[in-house]
Amino acid sequence: MEGLISLAVKAIFVENLALSFFLGMCTFIAVSKKISTAIGLGISVMIVQSITVPANNIILSYLLKPGALAWAGFPDIDLTFLGLISYIGVIAALVQILEMILDKYFPPLYNALGIFLPLITVNCAILGGSLFMVERDYNFSEATTYGIASGFGWALAIATMAGVREKLKYSDIPDGLQGLGITFITAGLMAMAFMCFSGVKL
Amino acid sequence: MSQTRKELLIDPLVDNNPITLQVLGICSALAVTSSLNVAFVMSLAVIAVCGFSSLFISFLRHYIPNSIRIIVQMVIIASLVILVDQIIKAYAYEISKTLSVFVGLIITNCIVMGRAEAFAMKNKPFESFVDGVGNGLGYSLLLMSVGVIRELFGSGSLFGVMIFEPVSNGGWYVPNGLLLLPPSAFFIIGFIIWGVRTWKKSQVEAREYKIQTLEEH
Repeated sequence: MEGLISLAVKAIFVENLALSFFLGMCTFIAVSKKISTAIGLGISVMIVQSITVPANNIILSYLLKPGALAWAGFPDIDLTFLGLISYIGVIAALVQILEMILDKYFPPLYNALGIFLPLITVNCAILGGSLFMVERDYNFSEATTYGIASGFGWALAIATMAGVREKLKYSDIPDGLQGLGITFITAGLMAMAFMCFSGVKL
Repeated sequence: MSQTRKELLIDPLVDNNPITLQVLGICSALAVTSSLNVAFVMSLAVIAVCGFSSLFISFLRHYIPNSIRIIVQMVIIASLVILVDQIIKAYAYEISKTLSVFVGLIITNCIVMGRAEAFAMKNKPFESFVDGVGNGLGYSLLLMSVGVIRELFGSGSLFGVMIFEPVSNGGWYVPNGLLLLPPSAFFIIGFIIWGVRTWKKSQVEAREYKIQTLEEH
């Protein structure tokens, strides 16, 4: 249990997907103009992330790993090269299913998150989360924790970023730096702030 | 075709750079630039994937039903990325370790998807290929410039060859460690964007609010 908590803290603060691995930057920069939309997107990323990482973990350990197909009578098959295409397929399918479920059973939530869901399929934070899970060899419970925590970390980063940007638009910025330029520099300062957490160990 | 092929190739380098103007594919631009070797391999991978995915998608553009086009594009891109990933693992294993997940993330690199959707679905195969390669080059140009700054001033070398002898080896140069850390990439790209937009005035974004001066008041 302690291991899981420390994994979660590490995934949220120290190895924040957005600020130390630069994942999901395109949406991070594009959708962080208003706090309310940023929080909406952050929550959808968290939900999708906490479903897809464990789902891909199951696929990896029962279908793709060397020897994973032993239950079907093929102990010698190694399908890991199919990894990338199956993860992105799983992500696209799950996002689609989630969209349909939300539409049918939770219409208010669908109206709030609806526009962000298709965007999430091509968000590198989601695919990145699954790929990190593969690279670091997480087991199922670690994968679940990592999925939830890394999604939360991303949501936290985009919400704070939106807060900064809402205030920033009133300031007097040189013409060439307006918009994208100053956003990058702000993100850099935030990344430096998040680096302070790197000494924290549980 | 109003644009010539040469324009298609040159235009995305500065005038319509995918990173500084279209805000696409930033994720990997930041993460892999702390050493030039890695940035170079990544650039080649993106140019290859971007060019060939545009080519194949353009070949198939009349046969892809509109409603499932995203999935078809995704499958084509993912297969190409798997190919590139396997090639890098086979011939440059050390670099593939440093690149870790970022080769896989070319799949979700918005440049590839964006060019497929915006250009390759409407244009002939060869033009699409040139457009894909051009955008890949625009991306590489930025990636390499960030890589040069970070490696030269962060560790005093280029492509792993010592240029400035660091103090730890008895030389004179004190390396700036910050440049090897993630935040520096944000600053460098921010400043590059500032430079490009001061040069090309038309790229400047409009202000949302204007500060009132005393005379206007």
